[in-house]
Amino acid sequence: MLPSMASIVGYGAYVPRYRIKVEEIARIWGRDGKSVSSGLYVFEKSVPAIDEDTATISVEAARNAVRSSKIDAKKIGAIYVGSESHPYAVKPTATIVAEAIEATPELTAADYEFACKAGTAGMQNCIALVESKRITYGMAIGADVAQAAPGDALEYTAAAGGAAFIIGNEGIAEINDTISFTTDTPDFWRREGEPYPGHGERFTGAPAYFRHIVSAAKMLMEKVGMKASEYDYAVFHQPNGKFPMRVAKMLGFEKKQIEEGLLCPIIGNTYSGSTMLGLACVLDVAKPGDRILAVSYGSGAGSDAFDITVNDAIEDYERQNIRKMIENKEYVDYGTYMKLRGEFK
Amino acid sequence: MRDVAVIGIGMTEFGEIWEKSFRELVAEAGIKAIMDAGIEGEEIDALYIGGMSTGRFIGQEHVGSLAVEVAGLEDLHIPSTRVEAACASGGVAMHQGYLAVASGMYDIVVVGGAEKMTDVVGGEATNILASAADREWEAFFGATFPGLYALMAKYHMHKYGTTQEQLAMVAVKNHYNGSLNPKAQFKRRISVEDVLKSPMVADPLHLLDCSPISDGAAAAVLAPLEIAKNYTDKPIKISASIQATDTLSLHGRKRFDALPAAQHAAKLAYEKAGIKPKDVDVAEVHDCFTIAEIIAIEDLGFVEKGKGGKATEEGLTALDGEIPVNTSGGLKAKGHPVGATGVAQINEIVLQLRGEAGERQVKEAEIGLAHNVGGSGGTAVVHILEVI
Repeated sequence: MLPSMASIVGYGAYVPRYRIKVEEIARIWGRDGKSVSSGLYVFEKSVPAIDEDTATISVEAARNAVRSSKIDAKKIGAIYVGSESHPYAVKPTATIVAEAIEATPELTAADYEFACKAGTAGMQNCIALVESKRITYGMAIGADVAQAAPGDALEYTAAAGGAAFIIGNEGIAEINDTISFTTDTPDFWRREGEPYPGHGERFTGAPAYFRHIVSAAKMLMEKVGMKASEYDYAVFHQPNGKFPMRVAKMLGFEKKQIEEGLLCPIIGNTYSGSTMLGLACVLDVAKPGDRILAVSYGSGAGSDAFDITVNDAIEDYERQNIRKMIENKEYVDYGTYMKLRGEFK
Repeated sequence: MRDVAVIGIGMTEFGEIWEKSFRELVAEAGIKAIMDAGIEGEEIDALYIGGMSTGRFIGQEHVGSLAVEVAGLEDLHIPSTRVEAACASGGVAMHQGYLAVASGMYDIVVVGGAEKMTDVVGGEATNILASAADREWEAFFGATFPGLYALMAKYHMHKYGTTQEQLAMVAVKNHYNGSLNPKAQFKRRISVEDVLKSPMVADPLHLLDCSPISDGAAAAVLAPLEIAKNYTDKPIKISASIQATDTLSLHGRKRFDALPAAQHAAKLAYEKAGIKPKDVDVAEVHDCFTIAEIIAIEDLGFVEKGKGGKATEEGLTALDGEIPVNTSGGLKAKGHPVGATGVAQINEIVLQLRGEAGERQVKEAEIGLAHNVGGSGGTAVVHILEVI
């Protein structure tokens, strides 16, 4: 193993505590809630409070990551925040995070956007900077307060949450390799100034999500010489509960390998947070030697795949217990949801 | 008037063909038909292409010229005409091609039909399709095609006791047939329960009572019967090609349990071909919704008016039934790229009459019928084809 190989030094997550049930949204639009819920395999989704946005979620996740990893935040040389709901069109979220965790001023920082995979793109940049020894630690965050037009299919799943990963050397899990599969596939978009994304409905499936994840996963597994059955865990981007289960089956993974990282049924689609939150949940329970495959998907379109091996240091790591955080929840009705999302103007 | 034969057929796979553009679909179907007929491009005298709403689905009108360009026939400067009659565009293009050859004006005519529907999202597709209804008096007031056919279904159920299960059996049969058709959009077999459990679109029509949004193209090559044998050992004679019209709106019709235009076209077609409904060995009918197939088999005289549901339940129209209907899977399972449908129906009948329909082959099929409808019945085209 190369001594310079990057590893995950720490991680932290944050999911807002408000929830709305899919059935409650379906009730408003006159749809059969049970069939919508089972069709998507999503039962409820997280809702940001009125004072929460991508910046506050990123800061919470970053603080949890720094606290758990017990590193000196001053040694973080890069912070990238990936999101498609940055609070400002011009003015970075990453600087807000850097200031909040006291990593300023000796670092580079930037915001990324690549639909739901901007956070994992940030991870890849951190890996590159660490492996080229330009920085000691890099922090990559994927977070969103996902927008959905009232009445649109996205409204049942668009949720809020995020995760922060600190990349460095000699951490709790080695990142053995990472590859990406990228094409210009316009399945989902939001133009400048538009409040809600548009999407190509069924076009977001086979030629978009499935093609990119399957291709990236196969490319990486071939490169590192792994078979699906040899992984202890796999995490795939979760636009709903059904897609990751189907893509897992297509790649030869079994349900037990993906259950731990599958959060969408209980928190919805956290967009840039999705794959990273799933990976964080897996690390919450992983044992030394466990092998993990994580593959994100961002519309537009691309997938980043990571092959990860958990090492002995995980035993002493102060894990966050993300699933316990998710259990701490409060339900809201549709009217309250609309107020919290700032839809009443 | 000369007798006319089909000497070549070709079609693309139907479905969500994301990776192929409209022009690629047109080219693929056209080239397949030309190769099947064994003709040279220079022999083609005219083109007709059916397309319902290419302008709104892909922003492209003037597809007659487009078809000539993709075929590489521009130097011949042959006439190429786009034909529109909503979902009967393909059938009407066939009728035009038939007239052109029968009249003696042209010898070799290529008829095509194509639609690329998945470049727009669902709600927009529904709106575009609603342009085949009466925009001023139906669509502007919220009527959609599922809604209009649901009204017909409700009336049929009320008047004749047709049941939801019988409607569902049309979908079950057509999905079974689709499972045997490599070019079908849906190859998954379904049960009556699957249909009844699928989401309600317009009461009593569930999602699985409705044909899908599809991409695809189909083509056929026509020639005078007297020279058809020069090109193929198995020319299929068009023994009748009849087009009929009725009111654009559903509410303007004299009756709601039938499509009078289809009844009229069928009557004239049987007279022209000199056959009776019971002589038909295989039929492709316009099952845009399950109720449409039940009404169609009544309008075509396969069963008495009102007995279509019962006949379907009893297997009259099944692949091994007395008159197999929609052996291709029909619009329901094969897919319904609106402009292509009428020509795709001809493709299936020709395959059946040539004995080339593979696993879904109807034994000793010698007379086939294609029934193509535009809108809620404003246009109907019936073709009768025969082995010679």
